[in-house]
Amino acid sequence: MAIHTIENTAKKLVLTVQDYSLFSYRAVTDLFRPPVYWPEFLIQSDIIGFGSLPIVILSALSTGSVLALQSSATLAAFGATAVTGQFVSIIMIRELGPVLTGIMVAGRNSSSMASELGSMVVTEQIDAMRALGVDPVRKLVTPRIYATICMLFFLTIVADACSILGGGMVTVLMNHQNGTQYFSMAWEHLRLPDIIQGLVKPLFYGYILSSIGCFYGMRTTGGTEGVGSSTIKAVVTSSVLILFVDFLLTQVLLTLFSGWM
Amino acid sequence: MDVNSTREQHGPDAPSATAASPVVAFRNVSIAFDGPPVLDDVSFSVAPGETRILLGPTGVGKSVLLKLVNGLLRPDRGSILLFGEEIAHMPEEQLFALRARIGMVFQEGALFDSLSVRDNVAFQLIQERVDDGEIDRRVRDALRFVELEDTFALYPDSLSGGMRRRVAIARALIRQPELLLYDSPTGGLDPVTSTTILELIVKERDALHTPSLMVTHRLQDALMLCNHRFDPQAGHMVPLPQGETDPGTTFLMLEKGRLIFDGSLQELVKSKNSFVREFLA
Repeated sequence: MAIHTIENTAKKLVLTVQDYSLFSYRAVTDLFRPPVYWPEFLIQSDIIGFGSLPIVILSALSTGSVLALQSSATLAAFGATAVTGQFVSIIMIRELGPVLTGIMVAGRNSSSMASELGSMVVTEQIDAMRALGVDPVRKLVTPRIYATICMLFFLTIVADACSILGGGMVTVLMNHQNGTQYFSMAWEHLRLPDIIQGLVKPLFYGYILSSIGCFYGMRTTGGTEGVGSSTIKAVVTSSVLILFVDFLLTQVLLTLFSGWM
Repeated sequence: MDVNSTREQHGPDAPSATAASPVVAFRNVSIAFDGPPVLDDVSFSVAPGETRILLGPTGVGKSVLLKLVNGLLRPDRGSILLFGEEIAHMPEEQLFALRARIGMVFQEGALFDSLSVRDNVAFQLIQERVDDGEIDRRVRDALRFVELEDTFALYPDSLSGGMRRRVAIARALIRQPELLLYDSPTGGLDPVTSTTILELIVKERDALHTPSLMVTHRLQDALMLCNHRFDPQAGHMVPLPQGETDPGTTFLMLEKGRLIFDGSLQELVKSKNSFVREFLA
Protein backbone atom coordinates (compact mmCIF):
# COMPACT_ATOMS: atom_id res chain seq x y z
CA MET A 1 0.00 0.00 0.00
CA ALA A 2 2.76 2.42 1.01
CA ILE A 3 4.78 1.50 -2.09
CA HIS A 4 1.69 2.06 -4.21
CA THR A 5 1.26 5.53 -2.70
CA ILE A 6 4.92 6.40 -3.26
CA GLU A 7 4.67 5.16 -6.85
CA ASN A 8 1.58 7.29 -7.51
CA THR A 9 3.18 10.36 -5.94
CA ALA A 10 6.34 9.86 -8.01
CA LYS A 11 4.28 9.46 -11.19
CA LYS A 12 2.32 12.62 -10.40
CA LEU A 13 5.53 14.54 -9.76
CA VAL A 14 7.11 13.40 -13.02
CA LEU A 15 3.91 14.23 -14.90
CA THR A 16 3.78 17.70 -13.33
CA VAL A 17 7.41 18.37 -14.27
CA GLN A 18 6.69 17.19 -17.82
CA ASP A 19 3.58 19.39 -18.07
CA TYR A 20 5.48 22.37 -16.67
CA SER A 21 8.34 21.88 -19.12
CA LEU A 22 5.99 21.72 -22.12
CA PHE A 23 3.93 24.65 -20.83
CA SER A 24 6.88 26.95 -20.21
CA TYR A 25 8.58 25.94 -23.49
CA ARG A 26 5.41 26.91 -25.38
CA ALA A 27 5.03 30.16 -23.48
CA VAL A 28 8.64 31.19 -24.09
CA THR A 29 8.76 30.27 -27.78
CA ASP A 30 5.42 32.00 -28.48
CA LEU A 31 7.30 35.31 -28.42
CA PHE A 32 9.01 34.38 -31.68
CA ARG A 33 5.81 33.61 -33.63
CA PRO A 34 3.03 36.08 -34.39
CA PRO A 35 0.73 37.28 -33.01
CA VAL A 36 2.69 38.82 -30.14
CA TYR A 37 0.60 40.77 -27.63
CA TRP A 38 2.83 43.79 -26.93
CA PRO A 39 0.09 45.87 -25.23
CA GLU A 40 -0.35 43.06 -22.68
CA PHE A 41 3.43 43.01 -22.20
CA LEU A 42 3.40 46.73 -21.36
CA ILE A 43 0.41 46.42 -19.03
CA GLN A 44 2.04 43.52 -17.17
CA SER A 45 5.36 45.39 -17.01
CA ASP A 46 3.54 48.25 -15.31
CA ILE A 47 1.72 45.96 -12.87
CA ILE A 48 4.79 43.88 -12.04
CA GLY A 49 7.48 46.56 -12.26
CA PHE A 50 5.95 49.72 -10.86
CA GLY A 51 3.48 47.82 -8.69
CA SER A 52 6.28 45.96 -6.92
CA LEU A 53 8.49 49.01 -6.49
CA PRO A 54 7.30 49.98 -2.96
CA ILE A 55 7.83 46.56 -1.38
CA VAL A 56 11.15 46.09 -3.15
CA ILE A 57 12.44 49.49 -1.98
CA LEU A 58 11.24 48.95 1.58
CA SER A 59 12.66 45.45 1.90
CA ALA A 60 15.97 46.50 0.32
CA LEU A 61 16.35 49.55 2.58
CA SER A 62 15.56 47.43 5.61
CA THR A 63 17.93 44.60 4.63
CA GLY A 64 20.78 46.99 3.82
CA SER A 65 20.31 48.75 7.15
CA VAL A 66 20.24 45.51 9.13
CA LEU A 67 23.30 44.22 7.30
CA ALA A 68 25.22 47.41 8.16
CA LEU A 69 24.12 47.22 11.80
CA GLN A 70 25.02 43.58 12.23
CA SER A 71 28.27 43.66 10.28
CA SER A 72 29.65 46.79 11.90
CA ALA A 73 29.19 45.28 15.35
CA THR A 74 31.12 42.17 14.29
CA LEU A 75 33.73 44.05 12.25
CA ALA A 76 34.39 46.42 15.16
CA ALA A 77 35.85 43.47 17.09
CA PHE A 78 38.59 43.27 14.43
CA GLY A 79 38.91 47.04 14.01
CA ALA A 80 37.58 46.70 10.48
CA THR A 81 34.43 48.83 10.53
CA ALA A 82 35.83 50.66 7.50
CA VAL A 83 34.91 47.72 5.26
CA THR A 84 31.19 47.85 6.15
CA GLY A 85 30.42 49.45 2.76
CA GLN A 86 32.29 46.74 0.88
CA PHE A 87 30.57 44.04 2.92
CA VAL A 88 27.07 45.39 2.32
CA SER A 89 27.53 46.09 -1.39
CA ILE A 90 29.08 42.75 -2.28
CA ILE A 91 26.57 40.70 -0.28
CA MET A 92 23.62 42.65 -1.65
CA ILE A 93 24.71 42.86 -5.29
CA ARG A 94 25.94 39.31 -5.60
CA GLU A 95 23.40 37.50 -3.52
CA LEU A 96 20.75 39.11 -1.37
CA GLY A 97 19.55 41.73 -3.85
CA PRO A 98 18.45 39.24 -6.55
CA VAL A 99 17.17 36.60 -4.11
CA LEU A 100 15.30 39.01 -1.87
CA THR A 101 13.75 40.83 -4.82
CA GLY A 102 12.85 37.51 -6.43
CA ILE A 103 11.11 36.26 -3.30
CA MET A 104 9.30 39.54 -2.67
CA VAL A 105 8.08 39.70 -6.25
CA ALA A 106 7.14 36.00 -6.10
CA GLY A 107 5.02 36.69 -3.02
CA ARG A 108 3.26 39.53 -4.77
CA ASN A 109 3.11 38.52 -8.42
CA SER A 110 3.40 34.74 -8.61
CA SER A 111 0.40 34.58 -6.29
CA SER A 112 -1.56 37.17 -8.26
CA MET A 113 -0.84 35.38 -11.54
CA ALA A 114 -1.99 32.05 -10.10
CA SER A 115 -5.15 33.50 -8.57
CA GLU A 116 -6.04 35.66 -11.59
CA LEU A 117 -5.55 32.88 -14.13
CA GLY A 118 -7.07 30.32 -11.75
CA SER A 119 -10.22 32.43 -11.40
CA MET A 120 -10.39 32.72 -15.16
CA VAL A 121 -10.14 28.93 -15.46
CA VAL A 122 -12.90 28.16 -12.94
CA THR A 123 -15.25 30.77 -14.42
CA GLU A 124 -14.62 29.33 -17.91
CA GLN A 125 -13.04 32.57 -19.14
CA ILE A 126 -10.02 30.63 -20.40
CA ASP A 127 -12.29 28.23 -22.29
CA ALA A 128 -14.21 31.23 -23.63
CA MET A 129 -10.96 32.75 -24.87
CA ARG A 130 -10.04 29.51 -26.63
CA ALA A 131 -13.57 29.27 -28.03
CA LEU A 132 -13.17 32.79 -29.42
CA GLY A 133 -10.12 31.65 -31.34
CA VAL A 134 -7.44 33.18 -29.11
CA ASP A 135 -4.61 31.18 -27.54
CA PRO A 136 -4.68 31.98 -23.78
CA VAL A 137 -1.03 30.92 -23.32
CA ARG A 138 0.06 33.34 -26.00
CA LYS A 139 -2.18 36.18 -24.77
CA LEU A 140 -1.94 35.76 -20.99
CA VAL A 141 1.14 33.73 -20.13
CA THR A 142 3.84 34.83 -22.58
CA PRO A 143 3.51 38.57 -21.81
CA ARG A 144 3.58 37.86 -18.06
CA ILE A 145 6.75 35.79 -18.30
CA TYR A 146 8.70 38.29 -20.40
CA ALA A 147 7.40 41.28 -18.42
CA THR A 148 8.53 39.63 -15.16
CA ILE A 149 11.97 38.74 -16.50
CA CYS A 150 12.44 42.27 -17.78
CA MET A 151 11.09 44.05 -14.70
CA LEU A 152 12.85 41.84 -12.15
CA PHE A 153 16.15 42.80 -13.76
CA PHE A 154 15.48 46.50 -13.14
CA LEU A 155 13.87 45.94 -9.74
CA THR A 156 17.03 44.13 -8.64
CA ILE A 157 19.16 47.14 -9.64
CA VAL A 158 16.81 49.38 -7.62
CA ALA A 159 16.98 46.98 -4.67
CA ASP A 160 20.80 46.91 -4.79
CA ALA A 161 20.97 50.70 -4.82
CA CYS A 162 18.42 51.07 -2.01
CA SER A 163 20.10 48.49 0.21
CA ILE A 164 23.48 50.21 -0.13
CA LEU A 165 21.76 53.50 0.63
CA GLY A 166 20.06 51.97 3.68
CA GLY A 167 23.39 50.61 4.90
CA GLY A 168 24.94 54.04 4.35
CA MET A 169 22.23 55.75 6.41
CA VAL A 170 22.79 53.39 9.33
CA THR A 171 26.58 53.74 9.03
CA VAL A 172 26.45 57.54 9.09
CA LEU A 173 23.45 58.25 11.34
CA MET A 174 23.64 55.41 13.89
CA ASN A 175 27.22 54.13 13.81
CA HIS A 176 28.62 57.67 13.34
CA GLN A 177 31.13 56.58 10.72
CA ASN A 178 32.35 58.39 7.67
CA GLY A 179 29.82 58.29 4.82
CA THR A 180 32.38 58.98 2.10
CA GLN A 181 34.44 56.08 3.31
CA TYR A 182 31.38 53.79 3.34
CA PHE A 183 30.33 54.64 -0.22
CA SER A 184 33.86 54.60 -1.64
CA MET A 185 34.47 51.17 -0.09
CA ALA A 186 31.13 49.99 -1.43
CA TRP A 187 32.04 51.13 -4.95
CA GLU A 188 35.78 50.55 -5.22
CA HIS A 189 35.78 46.89 -4.29
CA LEU A 190 33.05 45.93 -6.70
CA ARG A 191 34.31 43.88 -9.64
CA LEU A 192 32.63 43.16 -12.97
CA PRO A 193 31.93 39.50 -12.05
CA ASP A 194 30.04 40.68 -8.94
CA ILE A 195 27.79 42.86 -11.07
CA ILE A 196 27.33 40.18 -13.75
CA GLN A 197 26.37 37.64 -11.06
CA GLY A 198 23.86 40.05 -9.62
CA LEU A 199 22.29 40.82 -12.97
CA VAL A 200 22.17 37.29 -14.41
CA LYS A 201 20.30 35.83 -11.44
CA PRO A 202 17.12 37.94 -11.71
CA LEU A 203 16.65 36.76 -15.31
CA PHE A 204 16.31 33.20 -14.02
CA TYR A 205 14.22 34.14 -10.98
CA GLY A 206 11.84 36.21 -13.10
CA TYR A 207 11.31 33.26 -15.39
CA ILE A 208 10.79 30.88 -12.46
CA LEU A 209 8.30 32.97 -10.50
CA SER A 210 6.18 33.95 -13.51
CA SER A 211 6.12 30.57 -15.24
CA ILE A 212 5.29 28.78 -11.97
CA GLY A 213 2.55 31.29 -11.13
CA CYS A 214 0.98 30.98 -14.58
CA PHE A 215 1.41 27.19 -14.64
CA TYR A 216 -0.46 26.63 -11.38
CA GLY A 217 -3.06 29.22 -12.36
CA MET A 218 -3.80 27.49 -15.66
CA ARG A 219 -4.01 24.08 -13.93
CA THR A 220 -6.56 25.21 -11.38
CA THR A 221 -9.47 22.87 -10.73
CA GLY A 222 -12.20 22.76 -8.13
CA GLY A 223 -13.69 26.23 -7.88
CA THR A 224 -12.65 28.94 -5.43
CA GLU A 225 -10.94 26.44 -3.13
CA GLY A 226 -8.84 25.36 -6.08
CA VAL A 227 -7.83 28.97 -6.72
CA GLY A 228 -6.59 29.29 -3.14
CA SER A 229 -4.69 26.03 -3.42
CA SER A 230 -3.06 27.09 -6.71
CA THR A 231 -2.00 30.40 -5.17
CA ILE A 232 -0.31 28.70 -2.24
CA LYS A 233 1.42 26.19 -4.51
CA ALA A 234 2.64 28.97 -6.79
CA VAL A 235 4.20 31.04 -3.99
CA VAL A 236 5.73 28.10 -2.15
CA THR A 237 7.10 26.39 -5.27
CA SER A 238 8.50 29.56 -6.82
CA SER A 239 10.14 30.70 -3.55
CA VAL A 240 11.71 27.29 -2.93
CA LEU A 241 12.84 27.02 -6.54
CA ILE A 242 14.41 30.48 -6.41
CA LEU A 243 16.45 29.48 -3.37
CA PHE A 244 17.44 26.16 -4.90
CA VAL A 245 18.35 27.65 -8.29
CA ASP A 246 20.27 30.39 -6.47
CA PHE A 247 22.54 27.77 -4.97
CA LEU A 248 23.14 26.12 -8.35
CA LEU A 249 23.61 29.42 -10.16
CA THR A 250 26.02 30.74 -7.56
CA GLN A 251 28.10 27.59 -7.89
CA VAL A 252 28.13 27.84 -11.70
CA LEU A 253 28.88 31.56 -11.76
CA LEU A 254 31.62 31.29 -9.14
CA THR A 255 33.23 28.55 -11.21
CA LEU A 256 32.93 30.62 -14.39
CA PHE A 257 34.43 33.72 -12.81
CA SER A 258 36.97 31.95 -10.62
CA GLY A 259 39.86 33.38 -12.62
CA TRP A 260 38.60 36.96 -12.22
CA MET A 261 38.12 37.05 -8.47
CA MET B 1 -23.73 5.53 -40.51
CA ASP B 2 -22.89 4.03 -37.14
CA VAL B 3 -25.48 4.48 -34.46
CA ASN B 4 -25.71 3.34 -30.88
CA SER B 5 -27.49 0.03 -30.66
CA THR B 6 -29.55 1.11 -27.65
CA ARG B 7 -30.57 4.43 -29.12
CA GLU B 8 -33.79 5.42 -30.82
CA GLN B 9 -32.99 7.25 -34.01
CA HIS B 10 -35.52 9.24 -36.00
CA GLY B 11 -34.27 12.63 -37.01
CA PRO B 12 -31.72 14.13 -39.37
CA ASP B 13 -29.11 11.59 -38.35
CA ALA B 14 -31.20 8.85 -39.92
CA PRO B 15 -30.20 7.55 -43.36
CA SER B 16 -32.97 9.63 -44.93
CA ALA B 17 -31.47 12.84 -43.57
CA THR B 18 -30.68 15.87 -45.68
CA ALA B 19 -28.08 15.38 -48.38
CA ALA B 20 -26.20 18.56 -47.35
CA SER B 21 -23.05 17.72 -45.43
CA PRO B 22 -23.48 18.23 -41.70
CA VAL B 23 -21.94 21.16 -39.87
CA VAL B 24 -21.03 18.86 -36.99
CA ALA B 25 -20.82 15.08 -37.08
CA PHE B 26 -19.92 12.85 -34.14
CA ARG B 27 -18.99 9.27 -34.95
CA ASN B 28 -18.69 6.82 -32.04
CA VAL B 29 -17.14 9.40 -29.74
CA SER B 30 -16.05 8.39 -26.24
CA ILE B 31 -14.25 10.29 -23.52
CA ALA B 32 -13.36 9.55 -19.90
CA PHE B 33 -11.60 11.46 -17.10
CA ASP B 34 -9.89 9.07 -14.66
CA GLY B 35 -12.97 6.91 -14.31
CA PRO B 36 -15.93 5.51 -16.21
CA PRO B 37 -16.65 7.09 -19.61
CA VAL B 38 -18.37 10.48 -19.49
CA LEU B 39 -19.48 9.97 -23.07
CA ASP B 40 -19.69 6.50 -24.53
CA ASP B 41 -19.93 5.78 -28.26
CA VAL B 42 -21.92 8.91 -29.10
CA SER B 43 -22.91 9.57 -32.73
CA PHE B 44 -25.09 12.35 -34.08
CA SER B 45 -24.92 15.26 -36.50
CA VAL B 46 -26.11 18.85 -36.87
CA ALA B 47 -27.30 19.75 -40.37
CA PRO B 48 -27.13 23.27 -41.87
CA GLY B 49 -29.95 25.44 -40.52
CA GLU B 50 -30.84 22.91 -37.86
CA THR B 51 -31.28 23.57 -34.13
CA ARG B 52 -30.54 20.57 -31.95
CA ILE B 53 -31.49 20.49 -28.28
CA LEU B 54 -29.42 18.17 -26.13
CA LEU B 55 -31.48 17.09 -23.14
CA GLY B 56 -30.45 15.21 -20.06
CA PRO B 57 -30.17 15.56 -16.30
CA THR B 58 -27.18 17.23 -14.68
CA GLY B 59 -23.91 15.31 -14.87
CA VAL B 60 -24.58 13.13 -17.92
CA GLY B 61 -21.88 14.79 -20.03
CA LYS B 62 -23.84 17.47 -21.91
CA SER B 63 -21.30 20.26 -21.39
CA VAL B 64 -18.45 17.86 -22.16
CA LEU B 65 -20.12 17.04 -25.46
CA LEU B 66 -20.42 20.73 -26.28
CA LYS B 67 -16.73 21.31 -25.53
CA LEU B 68 -15.84 18.38 -27.78
CA VAL B 69 -17.68 20.06 -30.66
CA ASN B 70 -15.24 22.98 -30.84
CA GLY B 71 -12.17 21.06 -29.72
CA LEU B 72 -11.91 22.46 -26.19
CA LEU B 73 -11.70 18.80 -25.19
CA ARG B 74 -10.34 15.88 -27.23
CA PRO B 75 -12.10 12.51 -27.45
CA ASP B 76 -10.39 9.30 -26.38
CA ARG B 77 -12.00 7.47 -29.29
CA GLY B 78 -14.11 8.28 -32.32
CA SER B 79 -14.22 10.98 -34.91
CA ILE B 80 -15.58 14.55 -34.83
CA LEU B 81 -16.15 16.41 -38.08
CA LEU B 82 -16.55 20.17 -37.79
CA PHE B 83 -17.34 22.02 -41.03
CA GLY B 84 -16.19 18.84 -42.77
CA GLU B 85 -12.78 18.78 -41.07
CA GLU B 86 -11.69 16.08 -38.66
CA ILE B 87 -10.81 17.82 -35.39
CA ALA B 88 -10.26 14.91 -32.99
CA HIS B 89 -6.49 15.10 -33.48
CA MET B 90 -6.16 18.53 -35.05
CA PRO B 91 -3.34 20.68 -33.58
CA GLU B 92 -4.55 23.49 -31.31
CA GLU B 93 -3.09 26.14 -33.65
CA GLN B 94 -5.31 24.98 -36.51
CA LEU B 95 -8.33 24.71 -34.24
CA PHE B 96 -8.23 28.43 -33.39
CA ALA B 97 -9.15 29.29 -36.97
CA LEU B 98 -12.09 26.86 -36.92
CA ARG B 99 -13.27 28.05 -33.50
CA ALA B 100 -13.40 31.62 -34.77
CA ARG B 101 -16.27 30.47 -37.00
CA ILE B 102 -18.28 29.27 -34.00
CA GLY B 103 -20.18 31.28 -31.41
CA MET B 104 -20.38 29.74 -27.96
CA VAL B 105 -22.46 30.84 -24.98
CA PHE B 106 -21.11 29.42 -21.73
CA GLN B 107 -23.12 28.36 -18.70
CA GLU B 108 -22.46 31.50 -16.65
CA GLY B 109 -21.68 33.72 -19.62
CA ALA B 110 -17.89 33.56 -19.06
CA LEU B 111 -17.47 37.27 -19.73
CA PHE B 112 -13.98 38.69 -19.15
CA ASP B 113 -14.20 40.56 -15.82
CA SER B 114 -11.45 43.00 -16.66
CA LEU B 115 -13.00 44.14 -19.95
CA SER B 116 -16.01 46.38 -20.56
CA VAL B 117 -19.11 45.04 -22.27
CA ARG B 118 -17.94 46.72 -25.48
CA ASP B 119 -14.55 44.99 -25.32
CA ASN B 120 -16.12 41.66 -24.33
CA VAL B 121 -18.51 41.68 -27.26
CA ALA B 122 -15.80 42.92 -29.62
CA PHE B 123 -13.13 40.54 -28.31
CA GLN B 124 -12.64 38.71 -31.60
CA LEU B 125 -12.80 41.89 -33.67
CA ILE B 126 -10.16 43.55 -31.45
CA GLN B 127 -7.86 40.54 -31.95
CA GLU B 128 -8.38 40.89 -35.70
CA ARG B 129 -7.46 44.61 -35.43
CA VAL B 130 -10.72 45.78 -36.97
CA ASP B 131 -11.09 49.56 -37.14
CA ASP B 132 -12.44 51.11 -33.88
CA GLY B 133 -15.37 52.82 -35.59
CA GLU B 134 -16.38 49.56 -37.25
CA ILE B 135 -16.06 47.74 -33.91
CA ASP B 136 -18.33 50.26 -32.16
CA ARG B 137 -20.94 49.97 -34.90
CA ARG B 138 -20.97 46.18 -34.85
CA VAL B 139 -20.99 46.01 -31.04
CA ARG B 140 -23.98 48.36 -30.93
CA ASP B 141 -25.75 46.20 -33.53
CA ALA B 142 -25.08 43.04 -31.51
CA LEU B 143 -26.16 44.69 -28.25
CA ARG B 144 -29.31 46.01 -29.94
CA PHE B 145 -30.11 42.44 -30.99
CA VAL B 146 -30.06 41.38 -27.32
CA GLU B 147 -31.72 44.65 -26.26
CA LEU B 148 -28.82 45.79 -24.10
CA GLU B 149 -27.51 48.81 -25.97
CA ASP B 150 -27.27 50.82 -22.74
CA THR B 151 -24.65 48.49 -21.29
CA PHE B 152 -22.03 49.43 -23.92
CA ALA B 153 -19.60 51.05 -21.46
CA LEU B 154 -20.43 49.00 -18.35
CA TYR B 155 -18.33 46.24 -16.81
CA PRO B 156 -19.63 42.67 -16.30
CA ASP B 157 -19.71 42.96 -12.50
CA SER B 158 -22.40 45.62 -12.77
CA LEU B 159 -24.70 43.35 -14.82
CA SER B 160 -27.31 40.90 -13.56
CA GLY B 161 -27.07 37.18 -14.37
CA GLY B 162 -29.57 37.48 -17.20
CA MET B 163 -27.83 40.52 -18.67
CA ARG B 164 -24.51 38.70 -18.60
CA ARG B 165 -26.03 35.83 -20.62
CA ARG B 166 -27.45 38.29 -23.11
CA VAL B 167 -24.07 39.99 -23.49
CA ALA B 168 -22.56 36.51 -23.96
CA ILE B 169 -25.09 35.89 -26.74
CA ALA B 170 -24.14 39.22 -28.34
CA ARG B 171 -20.47 38.21 -28.15
CA ALA B 172 -21.26 34.87 -29.77
CA LEU B 173 -23.20 36.53 -32.58
CA ILE B 174 -20.97 39.46 -33.47
CA ARG B 175 -18.98 37.68 -36.17
CA GLN B 176 -22.09 36.02 -37.63
CA PRO B 177 -20.92 32.50 -36.75
CA GLU B 178 -21.58 29.44 -38.86
CA LEU B 179 -22.49 27.42 -35.78
CA LEU B 180 -23.83 28.38 -32.34
CA LEU B 181 -23.31 26.41 -29.16
CA TYR B 182 -25.40 27.20 -26.08
CA ASP B 183 -24.35 25.63 -22.78
CA SER B 184 -27.38 25.76 -20.44
CA PRO B 185 -28.11 29.38 -21.36
CA THR B 186 -31.00 29.63 -18.87
CA GLY B 187 -29.38 27.74 -15.99
CA GLY B 188 -29.88 29.47 -12.64
CA LEU B 189 -32.11 32.21 -14.06
CA ASP B 190 -35.64 33.15 -12.98
CA PRO B 191 -38.51 32.20 -15.35
CA VAL B 192 -38.95 35.71 -16.76
CA THR B 193 -35.24 36.13 -17.56
CA SER B 194 -35.12 32.57 -18.95
CA THR B 195 -37.94 33.45 -21.33
CA THR B 196 -36.02 36.55 -22.46
CA ILE B 197 -32.96 34.41 -23.21
CA LEU B 198 -35.04 31.79 -25.03
CA GLU B 199 -36.70 34.52 -27.06
CA LEU B 200 -33.26 35.65 -28.20
CA ILE B 201 -32.37 32.09 -29.20
CA VAL B 202 -35.64 31.75 -31.14
CA LYS B 203 -35.06 35.16 -32.72
CA GLU B 204 -31.57 34.13 -33.78
CA ARG B 205 -32.83 30.81 -35.12
CA ASP B 206 -35.68 32.30 -37.15
CA ALA B 207 -33.94 35.48 -38.29
CA LEU B 208 -30.41 34.25 -39.04
CA HIS B 209 -30.95 30.47 -39.37
CA THR B 210 -27.56 29.64 -37.87
CA PRO B 211 -27.24 25.93 -37.09
CA SER B 212 -27.05 25.48 -33.34
CA LEU B 213 -26.66 22.97 -30.57
CA MET B 214 -28.21 23.86 -27.23
CA VAL B 215 -27.60 21.96 -24.03
CA THR B 216 -30.23 22.09 -21.30
CA HIS B 217 -31.68 20.01 -18.51
CA ARG B 218 -34.91 22.04 -18.53
CA LEU B 219 -37.61 20.37 -20.59
CA GLN B 220 -39.81 23.49 -20.50
CA ASP B 221 -37.04 25.48 -22.26
CA ALA B 222 -36.71 22.85 -24.94
CA LEU B 223 -40.48 22.76 -25.50
CA MET B 224 -40.70 26.55 -25.66
CA LEU B 225 -37.96 26.61 -28.29
CA CYS B 226 -39.78 24.00 -30.33
CA ASN B 227 -43.30 25.45 -29.97
CA HIS B 228 -42.54 29.09 -30.70
CA ARG B 229 -41.42 31.21 -33.59
CA PHE B 230 -40.15 34.78 -33.79
CA ASP B 231 -42.62 37.26 -35.19
CA PRO B 232 -40.60 40.09 -36.79
CA GLN B 233 -43.68 42.34 -37.05
CA ALA B 234 -44.59 41.98 -33.39
CA GLY B 235 -40.92 42.02 -32.35
CA HIS B 236 -41.27 39.07 -29.99
CA MET B 237 -41.79 35.32 -30.10
CA VAL B 238 -45.26 33.88 -30.49
CA PRO B 239 -46.57 30.34 -29.98
CA LEU B 240 -46.98 28.17 -33.06
CA PRO B 241 -50.51 26.90 -33.74
CA GLN B 242 -51.60 23.98 -31.56
CA GLY B 243 -49.87 20.76 -32.56
CA GLU B 244 -47.23 22.47 -34.75
CA THR B 245 -43.53 22.52 -33.96
CA ASP B 246 -40.53 24.12 -35.58
CA PRO B 247 -39.43 21.56 -38.20
CA GLY B 248 -35.74 22.48 -37.86
CA THR B 249 -35.63 21.96 -34.10
CA THR B 250 -34.91 18.41 -33.01
CA PHE B 251 -33.83 16.61 -29.87
CA LEU B 252 -31.01 14.50 -28.53
CA MET B 253 -31.02 12.90 -25.12
CA LEU B 254 -28.15 11.60 -23.02
CA GLU B 255 -28.29 9.08 -20.22
CA LYS B 256 -25.11 8.21 -18.32
CA GLY B 257 -22.93 9.23 -21.24
CA ARG B 258 -24.90 7.34 -23.87
CA LEU B 259 -27.07 8.94 -26.52
CA ILE B 260 -30.48 7.30 -26.06
CA PHE B 261 -32.65 9.48 -28.28
CA ASP B 262 -32.27 11.38 -31.55
CA GLY B 263 -35.40 12.75 -33.19
CA SER B 264 -38.26 15.25 -33.32
CA LEU B 265 -40.53 16.41 -30.48
CA GLN B 266 -43.35 14.18 -31.70
CA GLU B 267 -41.02 11.18 -31.63
CA LEU B 268 -39.72 12.22 -28.22
CA VAL B 269 -43.14 12.28 -26.61
CA LYS B 270 -44.01 8.91 -28.19
CA SER B 271 -40.74 7.32 -27.10
CA LYS B 272 -41.02 4.06 -25.18
CA ASN B 273 -37.62 4.41 -23.57
CA SER B 274 -38.17 4.31 -19.80
CA PHE B 275 -35.54 7.03 -19.13
CA VAL B 276 -37.14 9.35 -21.70
CA ARG B 277 -40.59 8.67 -20.22
CA GLU B 278 -39.30 9.44 -16.75
CA PHE B 279 -37.60 12.65 -17.95
CA LEU B 280 -40.78 13.82 -19.67
CA ALA B 281 -43.00 12.96 -16.71
